[in-house]
Amino acid sequence: MKAALIRYSPLLVLALAWELIARLGLVSSSALPPLSGVIVSWFDLLRSGDLVTASASSLYRGGTGLLLAVVVGALIGIAMAWWRPVNALMSPLVEMFYPMPKSALIPVTVVWLGFGDGSKILLIFLGCMLPVTLGAFNGARASDRMLVWSARSMGASRLRMLWDVVLPSAMPELLNGIRTAIALSFILLVSSELIVARQGLGYLIGYLGADGDYQPMFAVVLTVAFLGFAADRLYMLLVTRVLAWRA
Amino acid sequence: MARVETAPLQAQAAPGWRARAGDLTWRAAPFVSVGLLIVAWEAVARSGVVTAYMLPGPWIVLERIGTDAVAGDLWINMALTLYRAFAGFAIAAVAGIAIGFAMARNRIANWFFDPIISVGFPMPKIAFLPVVILWLGLFDVTKVTMVALDAVFPVITATLAGIAAVERELLWSARNMGASEREVLHQVVWPSALPQIMTGLQVALPIALIVAVVTEMVMGGYGLGGAMMTAWRFANSAGVFAGIVEIAAVGYLVVKGMALVRRRLLLWHPEAMEPSTV
Repeated sequence: MKAALIRYSPLLVLALAWELIARLGLVSSSALPPLSGVIVSWFDLLRSGDLVTASASSLYRGGTGLLLAVVVGALIGIAMAWWRPVNALMSPLVEMFYPMPKSALIPVTVVWLGFGDGSKILLIFLGCMLPVTLGAFNGARASDRMLVWSARSMGASRLRMLWDVVLPSAMPELLNGIRTAIALSFILLVSSELIVARQGLGYLIGYLGADGDYQPMFAVVLTVAFLGFAADRLYMLLVTRVLAWRA
Repeated sequence: MARVETAPLQAQAAPGWRARAGDLTWRAAPFVSVGLLIVAWEAVARSGVVTAYMLPGPWIVLERIGTDAVAGDLWINMALTLYRAFAGFAIAAVAGIAIGFAMARNRIANWFFDPIISVGFPMPKIAFLPVVILWLGLFDVTKVTMVALDAVFPVITATLAGIAAVERELLWSARNMGASEREVLHQVVWPSALPQIMTGLQVALPIALIVAVVTEMVMGGYGLGGAMMTAWRFANSAGVFAGIVEIAAVGYLVVKGMALVRRRLLLWHPEAMEPSTV
């Protein structure tokens, strides 16, 4: 407890500096509303229900897109590592699209699926799939030849080997790829909601900012930042659980 | 092994046509898949399943890119996007390496930055865009700041990891032979941390490009992202698809270029011997 307090004390210092700068009027209160005011606004937003609705809609979009990306991405990655023709056909496409800034897909997804949830889910799915694919591919390709051979000599079927040998060895890299995908999903979610949406946290930020309600806008910005941070921490907890067998 | 040694020499020099044909097939595979993608695109666009607005054919998009290139818009937009991405990336690289070294060598710097990084790295920094617009206005300063803010974290963590992984024996021998702290830093720590730092930079560069494009899309104006949004507002879907192709091409070239820079800078390093996967 005490160690954590010392460790995170710089954040406390920053928070205090924020409050002081705003209270002393060093900058205008619209540029930097005091932290205490932002916290009050946060509770107001929570009570009015705006924050809950927006968060629910954003998390639904992000979660669905991410889930699709993980399932499809992992399947493609493992298929690429397992069958050479799949690899030969897919890897040029992966190599071509991997470095592409996926935010460029925001307008097209809207052209295809409109302003609602569908376009965001498609965007996050397309944007987050390749890091997962690459993680699964690299992990599965690096699976120990000895293990594969022993499994084969002991009469394991191909499917059995995929499940019992290749998937566990691909796990660490695959999980790492998913971590990248989670970070990407937040970037894509917020930017697509800032650009075109009728609800969601990014929309709320843009809406409040356009109205000049900077205090609640800061509250929503901090909420998004916190959600991204919390998602990563929760995921890492899960990963240590899943990879506990590696010790 | 023995079988190969006893085989007639000609058999080794000239592999059978079957093997050669197989080799050619694997080498042609990339062109096949990219070709298939374009053919499928054309086929869907022509089939009438989707309207020309939803999916303009590849030739229409190519034509649009050609017009942009001839008119010069393409080059101006590309230069602006690259300028914003690279300006922010350069700031992030210098600041990230400096902060990383400061944290590794100075306890107070470490105390101050460590929690900020562990909280700030996983945060979606793009959410702060409206705040930064509020502070710095609607022009390049905001965009470059956002790029730097997003790209700096992977550089810091990579620098820290690189310094932490420097072999103790190397440090001890250098100190033992009377190297000053400066010399140790220059001749031992920096070169051995460089591969990791390069990896951090390679992670940061695509992020810089993403953020440059996103800020342009949100804020409008010139640049590849801004031009694409303008085309979208006028329901010009050829322009939108041209934007995607242009942005994808820029992303591909930038990432490939960075891999080349890495190979060049790390020619002396054992990793250069192995086939690079990037």
